[in-house]
Amino acid sequence: MKTRSSLLDPHLLKGALIPSLRKLDPRIQWANPVMFTVYLGAILCSMQLFRSINLFELQLVIWLWFTVLFANFAEALAESRGKAQADALRSMRVTTPARKLVGNHETSVSASDLRPGDLVVCEAGDAIPSDGEIIEGIASVDESAITGESAPVIRESGGDRSAVTGGTRVLSDRIVIKVTSEPGHSFLDRMISLVEGSERQKTPNEKALGVLLVSLTLIFLLVTFTLPAFAKFLIEQGLGGQTPGFSSLVALLVCLIPTTIGGLVSAIGISGIDRLTRQNVLATSGRAVEAAGDVDVLLLDKTGTITLGNRQASEFIAAPGVDAKILAEAAQLSSLADETPEGRSVVVLAKQLFDIRARELAEPHATFVPFTAETRMSGVDLLSGGETRRIRKGAADSVKRYVESIGGNMPTEVSRNVDDISAKGGTPLVVVDGSRVMGTIFLKDIVKGGIRERFVKLREMGIRTVMITGDNPRTAAAIAAEAGVDDFMAEATPEDKMRRIKAEQQAGHLVAMTGDGTNDAPALAQADVGVAMNTGTQAAREAGNMVDLDSDPTKLIDIIEIGKQLLMTRGSLTTFSLANDVAKYFAILPALFIGLGATSGSAAGPLAALNVMNLHSWQSAILSAVIFNALIIVALIPLALKGVAYRPMDAASLLRRNLLIYGIGGILAPFPCLKLIDLTISGLHLV
Amino acid sequence: MHPFIPSLAFIVIALGVSWPLSRWLFRAVVPPAGIGRFDKVLATLLGKSALTSGSWKRYFIQLVGFNAVMFAVTWAIMSNQQHLPLNPDGQGPVDTSLVFNTTVSFVTNTNLQHYSGESTYSYLTQLTLMFLQFTSAATGIAAFFALARGLAGKKDMGGFPRDLARIVVLFLIPLAAIFSAGYILSGIPMTLEGAASVTTLEGLTQTIARGPVSAFLAIKQLGTNGGGFFGPNSTHPLEGAGIISNFLSLLAIPIIPMACVWVFGRIVGRPKHALVIAAVMSAFIVLKIAVATTGETSPTAAFANLPVAESPNLEGKELRFGATTGPLWSVLTTSTSNGSVGAMHNSLNPLTLLAPFSGMWLNSTFGGVGVGFINFFLFMIIAIFIAGLMVGRTPEYLGKKIEAREMALAAAAFIIHPLLILGGTALFAATSMGADTVANAGPRGFSEILYEFSSAAANNGSGLEGLGDGTTAWNIATGIVMLLGRYLPIVIPLAIAGSLALKPQVAESSGTLRTDTATFGLVTFAVILFLGALTFLPVALLGPILEHLMVPI
Repeated sequence: MKTRSSLLDPHLLKGALIPSLRKLDPRIQWANPVMFTVYLGAILCSMQLFRSINLFELQLVIWLWFTVLFANFAEALAESRGKAQADALRSMRVTTPARKLVGNHETSVSASDLRPGDLVVCEAGDAIPSDGEIIEGIASVDESAITGESAPVIRESGGDRSAVTGGTRVLSDRIVIKVTSEPGHSFLDRMISLVEGSERQKTPNEKALGVLLVSLTLIFLLVTFTLPAFAKFLIEQGLGGQTPGFSSLVALLVCLIPTTIGGLVSAIGISGIDRLTRQNVLATSGRAVEAAGDVDVLLLDKTGTITLGNRQASEFIAAPGVDAKILAEAAQLSSLADETPEGRSVVVLAKQLFDIRARELAEPHATFVPFTAETRMSGVDLLSGGETRRIRKGAADSVKRYVESIGGNMPTEVSRNVDDISAKGGTPLVVVDGSRVMGTIFLKDIVKGGIRERFVKLREMGIRTVMITGDNPRTAAAIAAEAGVDDFMAEATPEDKMRRIKAEQQAGHLVAMTGDGTNDAPALAQADVGVAMNTGTQAAREAGNMVDLDSDPTKLIDIIEIGKQLLMTRGSLTTFSLANDVAKYFAILPALFIGLGATSGSAAGPLAALNVMNLHSWQSAILSAVIFNALIIVALIPLALKGVAYRPMDAASLLRRNLLIYGIGGILAPFPCLKLIDLTISGLHLV
Repeated sequence: MHPFIPSLAFIVIALGVSWPLSRWLFRAVVPPAGIGRFDKVLATLLGKSALTSGSWKRYFIQLVGFNAVMFAVTWAIMSNQQHLPLNPDGQGPVDTSLVFNTTVSFVTNTNLQHYSGESTYSYLTQLTLMFLQFTSAATGIAAFFALARGLAGKKDMGGFPRDLARIVVLFLIPLAAIFSAGYILSGIPMTLEGAASVTTLEGLTQTIARGPVSAFLAIKQLGTNGGGFFGPNSTHPLEGAGIISNFLSLLAIPIIPMACVWVFGRIVGRPKHALVIAAVMSAFIVLKIAVATTGETSPTAAFANLPVAESPNLEGKELRFGATTGPLWSVLTTSTSNGSVGAMHNSLNPLTLLAPFSGMWLNSTFGGVGVGFINFFLFMIIAIFIAGLMVGRTPEYLGKKIEAREMALAAAAFIIHPLLILGGTALFAATSMGADTVANAGPRGFSEILYEFSSAAANNGSGLEGLGDGTTAWNIATGIVMLLGRYLPIVIPLAIAGSLALKPQVAESSGTLRTDTATFGLVTFAVILFLGALTFLPVALLGPILEHLMVPI
């Protein structure tokens, strides 16, 4: 995926040539009414050539066809980038037989025969045949084919890292996988069809724009093809001159209808998704990309997005009368089975400070108590001499409730320490041995560099950021202040998250969020833009409408910018396209009615006064306009593929900026260009 | 003093008058208590259902049903006027195509007149037409209220009978009475007696047509109707007797359309947005006044190279008012779909014609009572769509997303106007139906045909008189154009508002395109100017501009 081809790779350019010819198929042209009009005009004008041929009309026809081809080329070029990626993905499809597990027997079946619920075995060196969930074992998996990340990742049964993707490869160990996808509908298949654009449907906004472009085309059709009637009247009134010829009228029509945006609109849509793909984000639909542009509330998980992935234990603060080393030991014991980075950092800190070695606790008398969202504590029960020693660590309020429920109490000193740590933006974990509170572990959160500036930008764009954290309100407030988010949700459960999303949506906001766990799935589905981390569970990946292969939650911000850029590119090129018409009118209208009202003896009538560009002749004027109209499509292909420059700012400034560039610029730019083309073709004696 | 300055001052005065008027209009339609005393009377007369409100569909069906009844009644009276009372001058039967045209013309608030009232229609017919001037104006205002309710997010867009009754009885009739009183005081006739016969100084007998002119004039001007009692409309001395009546007539033209803008701001709760809209509309008016006054202070084009003294173009104008009020009137009457004239438009200089033409082509810079705002709304939807995309969000108006359905409707409504004007003009210019009826050769003749269709499509009613528009072909063609140009641009925007009302409200942020800023006003101005120019530049070129360029200098 991470093949970053340059925008106008010669290889891709060449590859787009044949498809642009193939797109001359009327069924394909029909899908784009603006270009279909040009296509039809080109056909009719070509047929006219058979009756009488002259150099002017021949050139006109050639340029009309070029206009159609250039638009085809833009679309083909946008598609070709996706095609190259799709081909690479296709080569990853597993062709070796899969080892299906029936009872205890392994049978060799084709990967395409696997159905959801089937069990397959994969050992080191095997390709994983289909998407699935590990139900047994742990393995290192090479996912570079999908993510581009060469470092292998650990996948294991249970928990949030149990999902595996078809097409990836097991590097070590043995796992049993329960297949979760139908053949042909795996993640890989979905990726292929996404990057290839084969499932591309017009997005709501693209449809609305299409309607506007069609209506403009109809109006200009009306404007152009009523002209002969008007000319006839004036000629019969004795004004002289000629009724404009059919090909000249087609030329005027093609110049007036919004061919610039019409020719580039599908390239813009495809490249929007492509830009996401190049960021290693897969969107399930173009609709999702568009929705990203509208998002105005971001729910961001604190950990990994706002703060550096993991909190680190930095200090043991013992309760009065407790030795710090005893506390460290208890803390270490409670964390031995805690595989979270925080848990591990406690073990490491105890070793560093007091040289307490992590003891082997595989003995039968140790029972680990895992962390749950409900108890918000974890720990260990040690059975020694008929007595159970219960060591727990967890959030202060949970521990307090726990201690009080078994007859202990929370020393005020400890509560004060907890408050201090929270106030500093740290996370306090209280350790309790039996009913005795031992002290506090100081977990430090480190806010990512540069994140504050990004939030300021987001605020300028009118996007509110809400930090989601399981921390208590004080800790959350401290980090929120440090990171500069607009709002935070402390002690948030997945249900809280869901409620918050619904409340925001009720108030008319569009919400984006990232998530990875199975319990995030409902919220991911509810959010307008739900970005699932690739490391997440299968459930999460299916619930969201985007998957981030890099599993980088910060990317949500890039996704929003891409969405906005997509809409802006459409709007700006529409404006540019229409603004261009002014100059084209000045070129073509005087040319069409050149002889009208001419006094005897002169060829040019009074309307020649409108030939402000002083174009060489009426033929060169018309031809210049048509050539300009065709070339501008090519000239704007890079812009369509890259998207207009986007800097986060408020709507009013954005509008003024784009109006200045694409509106005023669009009015002025064609004048010198038309003159230049006119000088060239008249210099070459083409007209 | 340059004539531009008093015209500008006039616009400021009109805007000033429109503000208190908007409060009156709002309260007339939306009683503070929800159900007013008037509504109770209405309920006893028409039944309880007259007070219920419903969807935009129900509203439009009631609107069309009511208009159809008006059409039938008027047709019946007009085609039997010779048998009916109140016909002191013994007006005879009228040609069927003219009956069709006149009926459509008055039901649609156009008041295109292919006849001279004083010599064609009986007083009963004229009074029926006056009644229509109230109801057709009220129809437009009612549709505007329904649209505004929808855009304010109400699924329930009101009930047509109640709105109509309240607008006519509580607003238009009292307002017209005030203006009529002013007219009577300034010397305009108000009588049901037949034409007066007088002996002139030379001893000849002259018949002077008269009638209930004051009453007719007030609603004609206020309701953007424009159908004159007399053929020459307000250029007739008995319709414009002096400076006071002339001022009243001018003032009456734009004040209700202006008031509608303020009312809109009030209904949707965004007064600043209304201010921006009013500013955009006023900018267009000022621009057109500048064009018109410049054109008319230039010497008469028809006299070029003739041995006459150069003066402002005074042809076709009331000489007591000089070259000032004529162009101002021509701008106001076309900007608002009024269609009354205070100077003969066919005597305007070629470039001056661009002002009335663009007024009718845009038909939304204040525009007809109620409907002008509706037309402006269509332009605004397109402006918002393009501008909305440029800020990187799905375009939204007043918190409602504009998507394919709304765009399709807006686009359909948007095509109708150029289709009727350009299509009609092409048909008549290319055939003897139009070519044989023009009064002037060359580009001016083309302008005459173009003007007639523009006027019909915009429900304006004014004309480049001289055109022989009394033919069956003209009567039928403009009749059809008036019908389509009236009801489609009402029903489609109502459908859009109905569709928007059902959508969830989107919250606003600094990423939202605000509709109450100068930037938004500028964008809307540019979009209207641009779309208008791109659509109508070729015909402007072949009519007024070509004529101007052909004047030998």
